[in-house]
Amino acid sequence: MVEDRTISGRIFSAVNFTLLAIIALVTVLPFVHVVAGSFTTSAELAANKFVLIPKVWSLEAYKFIFSTNTIFRALGVSIGVTLIGTLFSMFITSLMAYGLSRRDLDGRRVFNFLVVFTMLFHGGMIPTFLVVKELGLIDSYSALILPSAISAFNMIILKNFFQNIPEGLEESAKIDGCNDFGILFKIVLPLSLPAIATISLFYAVTYWNTYMSAILYLDNSAKWPIQVLLRQIVVLASGMDHSATLDGSVPPPDQTIKMAVIVVATLPILMVYPFLQKHFAKGAMLGSMKG
Amino acid sequence: MQEVTAQPRVVPEPKPKSYKSSSELKKRLWRNKLLYVMLIPGVLYFIVFKYLPMYGLIISFQDYKPYQGITGSEWVGMKHFSRLFTEPDFLNILGNTLILFGMNILIYFPIPIILALMLNELRGTFFKRFFQTLVYLPHFMSWVIVVSISFVMVTMDGGIINELLAYFGFSKINFLLSPGWFRPMYIIQVIWREAGWGTIIYLASIAAIDPGLYEASRMDGAGRLRQVWHITLPAIRGVIITLFILKIGSVLDLGFEHVYLLLNSMNREVAEIIDTYVYTAGLRQGQFSYSTAIGFFKSIVGLIMVVTVNKVSKKIGEEGVY
Repeated sequence: MVEDRTISGRIFSAVNFTLLAIIALVTVLPFVHVVAGSFTTSAELAANKFVLIPKVWSLEAYKFIFSTNTIFRALGVSIGVTLIGTLFSMFITSLMAYGLSRRDLDGRRVFNFLVVFTMLFHGGMIPTFLVVKELGLIDSYSALILPSAISAFNMIILKNFFQNIPEGLEESAKIDGCNDFGILFKIVLPLSLPAIATISLFYAVTYWNTYMSAILYLDNSAKWPIQVLLRQIVVLASGMDHSATLDGSVPPPDQTIKMAVIVVATLPILMVYPFLQKHFAKGAMLGSMKG
Repeated sequence: MQEVTAQPRVVPEPKPKSYKSSSELKKRLWRNKLLYVMLIPGVLYFIVFKYLPMYGLIISFQDYKPYQGITGSEWVGMKHFSRLFTEPDFLNILGNTLILFGMNILIYFPIPIILALMLNELRGTFFKRFFQTLVYLPHFMSWVIVVSISFVMVTMDGGIINELLAYFGFSKINFLLSPGWFRPMYIIQVIWREAGWGTIIYLASIAAIDPGLYEASRMDGAGRLRQVWHITLPAIRGVIITLFILKIGSVLDLGFEHVYLLLNSMNREVAEIIDTYVYTAGLRQGQFSYSTAIGFFKSIVGLIMVVTVNKVSKKIGEEGVY
């Protein structure tokens, strides 16, 4: 872009900057409000609604939610599913993406078509549920991982990335006696770190945010991940359907407690985001442009 | 793997377009056997969790009984499909789905384009980065988190929005339980979570525009707005159309989670969509065959939409998705 120093150009810039600043503010304010609210007392929150920085700091809400095992258990489930799920998904996704990225593989067009077709047409919720049930996965943690182990979209992004690696590198490794697994793990993957980081983040976020699989496949509340627990505490207790979902005698939890649970359920993503942020814009584009 | 390294040197292999003989094909298949081994887990995944459910769609032509399975259940032809179009319930949820989809197209779709154009006009890469970081962030929060944040803000007992309303002398509004507020809340949440993320692709295609074009237009005396209108927008036309096609293709596919979280007995009239109805009718009420028929209907409409819109876009000279 060329610098524009005319008066109208400057006015344009100023208006544009101001509008964007407001948009950015509106985007973060709700979350800042929740974080601030979680670190104060419920009395302070009730008396002083609009504070973005609380006058009285307190860990009361966090002490309360961590006083029982429930939230620890849910966090444990979410962390476990995220770690194991991401590793497993990355492993089988890279294997498949690498196989399909090789131009000399007979039948790759058929495989590619079969993968892309699943993005256009699918059996839907009930038939998938019946498959999961037939496999005996109901109420097992693997029901949170296996049915969504590969995302066709992520696989294609990775495949396109692998295709851009010069073939000469693979051939010379082959002459040195490296087999296909060796080439993938010693040459292709190390050269694809930005793509690997991006796709891992996508998988990790998906697993951390797992909600639908949990309500579909887990009946046992002891196995709930944090997102389902969050829904129990905030959504169901927010004055919706008191009669249907909540025992009238149990008062809904305080605002500060709800806010603290929201923060706990969001924090892990906020922590990995800055580290991976510089990669994912590049990675997301790779896939979506060439799809 | 001996023959792998030895072979090419003895017989220099041309890149084969057609198979000269079946023995040559066999040789290549054998040489790539490890690649096929690598495909096994992925192929298994797609067969079991994607293609088996497609096979399971045949229960929509049956009165499926879980204990009799697909082979033992009675065939009933199109019974469940004809029920779809006579049930007033279904027409209502179809209407709700289409209205939310319309809001997505009319209200949400242009926002990332406008945001990307604005971000592109921003001077200084630091602020650009900073804004992008902030507006991308909500995309990584689950719908549960997004809905929870808005619930603690709009709740009647102490939510900041209602306290503000009261402070300025308005009466409090029960956003969660009034049917009239469901659609606005829905689309605001969609915008809040997705608008920033939606700019990524537009920004990338804007970055690919030749800076010489702007220089030339400036010589001709074009102001900033004219440049946006005559250079930037036409340059990203193809991307806009491609994304529009993708959006159209997902016409009945609004996503289960978001609406399910907002749904309650008070707003069911306007909030029940196809996805949530499939869940309620299928898994809650055990009407497996009927709800599978609804899902089937949805998938077919989606497929037809993508294929048609893609054809149309190719006809008018755009690239299309595939």
